[in-house]
Amino acid sequence: MSRTREFLDKLHPHFAKGGKFEALYSVYEMVDTFLYAPSHVTTGTTHVRDAVDLKRVMTYVVLATIPCVLMAILNTGYQANLAMETLGKTSVDNWRGVILDIFGYNKYNPLSVVMHGLMYFLPVYIVTLAAGGVWEVLFAAVRKHDVNEGFFVSSMLFALSLPPSIPLWQVAIGISFGVVMGKEVFGGTGKNFLNPALTGRAFLYFAYPASMSGDAVWTAVDGFTGATALGLAAMGGVEGITQGGIGWFQSLIGFEQGSMGETSVLACALGAAFLIYTRVANWRIMAGVMAGMVGTATLFNIIGSDHNAMFSMPFYWHLTLGGFAFGMVYMATDPVSAAMTNTGRWVFGALVGFMTVLIRVVNPAFPEGIMLAILFSNIFAPLIDYVVIKANIRRRAKSYA
Amino acid sequence: MEAYINLFIKSVFIENMALAFFLGMCTFIAVSKKIETAVGLGIAVTIVQALTVPANNLIYGFLLKEGALSWMGLTDVDLSFIALMACIGVIAALVQILEMVLDKFFPALYNALGIFLPLITVNCAILAGSLFMIERDYAFGESVVYGIGSGFGWALAITAMAGVREKLKYSDVPAGLQGLGITFITAGLMALGFMAFSGIQL
Repeated sequence: MSRTREFLDKLHPHFAKGGKFEALYSVYEMVDTFLYAPSHVTTGTTHVRDAVDLKRVMTYVVLATIPCVLMAILNTGYQANLAMETLGKTSVDNWRGVILDIFGYNKYNPLSVVMHGLMYFLPVYIVTLAAGGVWEVLFAAVRKHDVNEGFFVSSMLFALSLPPSIPLWQVAIGISFGVVMGKEVFGGTGKNFLNPALTGRAFLYFAYPASMSGDAVWTAVDGFTGATALGLAAMGGVEGITQGGIGWFQSLIGFEQGSMGETSVLACALGAAFLIYTRVANWRIMAGVMAGMVGTATLFNIIGSDHNAMFSMPFYWHLTLGGFAFGMVYMATDPVSAAMTNTGRWVFGALVGFMTVLIRVVNPAFPEGIMLAILFSNIFAPLIDYVVIKANIRRRAKSYA
Repeated sequence: MEAYINLFIKSVFIENMALAFFLGMCTFIAVSKKIETAVGLGIAVTIVQALTVPANNLIYGFLLKEGALSWMGLTDVDLSFIALMACIGVIAALVQILEMVLDKFFPALYNALGIFLPLITVNCAILAGSLFMIERDYAFGESVVYGIGSGFGWALAITAMAGVREKLKYSDVPAGLQGLGITFITAGLMALGFMAFSGIQL
């Protein structure tokens, strides 16, 4: 038995019923089951048995976001150093500068780029974990349920979906709304109907639009404005993007303006491969989103428009721009808030893809559509399942009659 | 034709009665526990809305509007101040007539809709439909489309709400929030999702 296991076992009596720290049992339980597989097994008449429990499933999703996290750090740092060079700045004038001055601001120096990226991604992530964690543990302690690893997924996805320059207090408010209103008021992981990370992000988006949209928020340098590729596209279509200096391959790899984790389609593809291989995420949802997006984009291409350049944007641009890939791989596949039947998953995915393109093309208020598309489809997911199940019942009743 | 399609889409999604204006909340929350009953009520609301908005449009256009009575030779009579009362009366009367007609000729449908028909008389989404029609000066054709669209949008919202609430039967809501509390929160979060359409100009 390892040292950690012995240590945890030694602590157990203090946290168990009657112990000194009984109220904090959920925290102990969280650390314990995060490190070691829990020993309790299913009893009674349960039919579904699986070697992988919910905690491991959630850990897999966190693992699958690693490529996106790396790209988030690299791209945030690279964009920041690039912007500093453009503006002719030699030092960051907030607390980050104290550390960053040691590593310099060369955009081709990997160490400097990574440090600059970390200086923006880490605070956001730490605040997300701390603020969300307080609520999570509070609810777990009061309502006597376990702290679930679903929270780590939500907080990671939430942090990745934010622009790098977001004020940290807004991060705390956003994740608080997401965790409490999106999840805990319904009873915790598995009981909610909207994706908690997206609920928090949508709340921030509507409550503080100045820090969540526009051109000034996507690069972590004060005073630098750079539009996202979708922002450029909303103005001038595909020509607008290429004139803005962004090529298709660049948007595929992800060195461009955008929310921290969403820019790289390649990183999302790696994550998708991992999630599909381990069967944590359902491939039908991803395929449905893809099919819905390609179909709708092509439909808009055929319809065409004289005054809206977004109509003519082909589907392979829709794929690489904005948060489409990130949302498709990590957000839409959330097993709790998506449809649960196989046919329903196709329909659900197609609805997400359709709505994304619809919002991007037709709605001038929002350049990006995947966030609201997924929330909208979450609302209709239970209804889709209901229709699929009813149709099944009717078909089988007919074949037995 | 394109204008009618735009008006329909606008009244279903962008200006959804339930989730953009929060109208008809009492029935929206009271009758959304089961999908089947929600669908029944939704159909009833759509039918009533499709009848009352055009009917009110005709009454307002030919009797109440300023100068509307010129066909009787009364050119400067303005009865628009009783429009609110007239609308309520028309809705109540039409629902009663509809109930009797259904009872006589379509008893199956009458039984299915049952209690919902009288309930609709006091549904504020129905009255709002007529009042919006007056405020926005819809022509008769537009009022037909608007009536069908706004009713259908409300039906869509309550059906989705019922779906979510059936799913939430398996949730574990804190004691203080059970019932009405969580339903209000659910409606609010659904409205967040419907924000996807706000800002679309048709």
